[in-house]
Amino acid sequence: MNDWVYTEKVKDHFMRPRNVLSDDEDFQDDGRGMVGNVKCGDQMLFAIKVDPSTDTITDCRWKTYGCASAIASTSVLSEMVKGMPIAKAYKISPKEITQELGSLPEHKIHCSVLGDKALRAAIDDYYQRTGRSDKIIKDEAKIICQCMNVTDHEIEEAVLEGARTYLELQEHTKLGTVCGQCQGEATRLLEQYIQKHFS
Amino acid sequence: MAVTMKRRVYLDHNATTPLHPAVQKAITDSLGIFGNPSSFHAYGREARAKVEEARTEIADFIGATPDEVFFVGSGSEANNTVLSILPCDKQSCACKMKTAQRILTTRIEHPCILESAKCMKRRGSDVVFLDVDATGKVRMDQYEELLGQEGIGLVSIMMANNEIGTIQDIRTLARMAHEHGALFHTDAVQAVGKIPVDVRSLNVDFLTISAHKIYGPKGVGALYVKKSIPFCPLIVGGHQERGRRAGTENTLGIIGFGRAVEMRRIEMADEETRLLTLKNALRDHLAREIPNLRFNGHPAHCLPGTLNISIDGVEGEAVLLYLDLEGIAVSTGSACASGSLNPSHVLLATGLVAEQAHGSIRISLGRDNTHEDITYTVKTLKEVVRRVRQMSTAYTSGNPSHEVR
Repeated sequence: MNDWVYTEKVKDHFMRPRNVLSDDEDFQDDGRGMVGNVKCGDQMLFAIKVDPSTDTITDCRWKTYGCASAIASTSVLSEMVKGMPIAKAYKISPKEITQELGSLPEHKIHCSVLGDKALRAAIDDYYQRTGRSDKIIKDEAKIICQCMNVTDHEIEEAVLEGARTYLELQEHTKLGTVCGQCQGEATRLLEQYIQKHFS
Repeated sequence: MAVTMKRRVYLDHNATTPLHPAVQKAITDSLGIFGNPSSFHAYGREARAKVEEARTEIADFIGATPDEVFFVGSGSEANNTVLSILPCDKQSCACKMKTAQRILTTRIEHPCILESAKCMKRRGSDVVFLDVDATGKVRMDQYEELLGQEGIGLVSIMMANNEIGTIQDIRTLARMAHEHGALFHTDAVQAVGKIPVDVRSLNVDFLTISAHKIYGPKGVGALYVKKSIPFCPLIVGGHQERGRRAGTENTLGIIGFGRAVEMRRIEMADEETRLLTLKNALRDHLAREIPNLRFNGHPAHCLPGTLNISIDGVEGEAVLLYLDLEGIAVSTGSACASGSLNPSHVLLATGLVAEQAHGSIRISLGRDNTHEDITYTVKTLKEVVRRVRQMSTAYTSGNPSHEVR
């Protein structure tokens, strides 16, 4: 059949998702996190095993209630993080996951790539369990657009990439394309970041 | 690229249908007919004859006279046209609706009704939305009450719902509207050609039909407007269709439409009995094979080929795409497939919670489907659901999500 909705790599991960947490398996995790909400159509669980001597992720499992790109993006993330120091894994962005996949349909990126957030929650849990709560980065990105899960960090990034108007910000992030309630706050942040970086 | 030939099963007939072979033939046989139906010369007359032949066929099929049926570009256009007559303020216009500017419609209409209703609202009409019960039926007590409001000029209620298949009692709804002095429109796009529809016995003022839902071509629909009912066109600038819809008629589309309706007249009764049998088999089979399913819509007053299910613990778009990889085409009420964040407005209106709507799959059968298709679909869906539930955060076997959380 001709062109699938997603790239070959997405299709591959969708058809054969790697590292899915099985109910039968006794996966002894060192950290576990869950983000998202079934009501919104996407929920993600991520569980990690960590080698404490090197703070490196040795193994991981995940589960999701979500669409094809949620499944594929988390599957690919689960391959990316094995053998990765948690400090590095902590900083993985949706963009890096999307790049690893090749690409995703534009409108899918912000609502379905939740794996990075679930992974961070799992690492936070690991820090908590190992008595290193101080490592948890409290300065969590703040979600500005609830509908498309766009954070203030992503707005800043869009500004750094060249967004100067609200429309350009929407083109970069898809923010405000559903209910539009965040327009005021997003516009304010847009101006603030333009000020910060370019004046 | 090597492609393994898989079985392909099309189960999305409420979205659109393939052309009936007889329709294909009618269109290809007519490819040489290019005259403008409005021209007086032989070329024009040849095209005109074909257009009128189709008009008569369609009018007969719904119990109307040919001069009550006019062609439009789609069901959406017909629906937009009807809703737009209310706020018309042209001095000379025949519609004379200025005193009754309130539209009464339901929450489960097709977006082309909901959106044009909202548009009319912005232009000064008042729009009131009716609720439906858990099966998708209009709540009669509320309907009666809302009809009693001042200035209801137009009621628009779909005959059969595209997502859940629920069929409304249009005859009663239209009678009640008339008792309160309102005009009555029904969007019968999913009904005409699937269940018997007779405009005289229903006594509706406007009725919308689309060709491509009944094995006809895309890009053509029809609007029935009862004789002597006020009307003003949405598309102006030509005398075509007796001044009711400007623009040169889509002759080939109309020829195909006419033939599609003719074939419905011949095949509908038997086929719908067959589809109902297939659907019941599918439903029973699914209920046996897949735990924690919910069947949406009305158990009896439902389109023969439409089955809407909510599958606990799964997200519909993932299921749709896994089925697609196995050659099976269905649709879903999940937000992920719609490009917005909101799942099906129809399912939510029937009282489902968001996750039940996200996990919904619509199967709509058609004339080519067989028992083998049903067997293959159940087998495949069972396996897909098993896989998706295995990776779901919202399902533990035997424990559907919204009970444990």
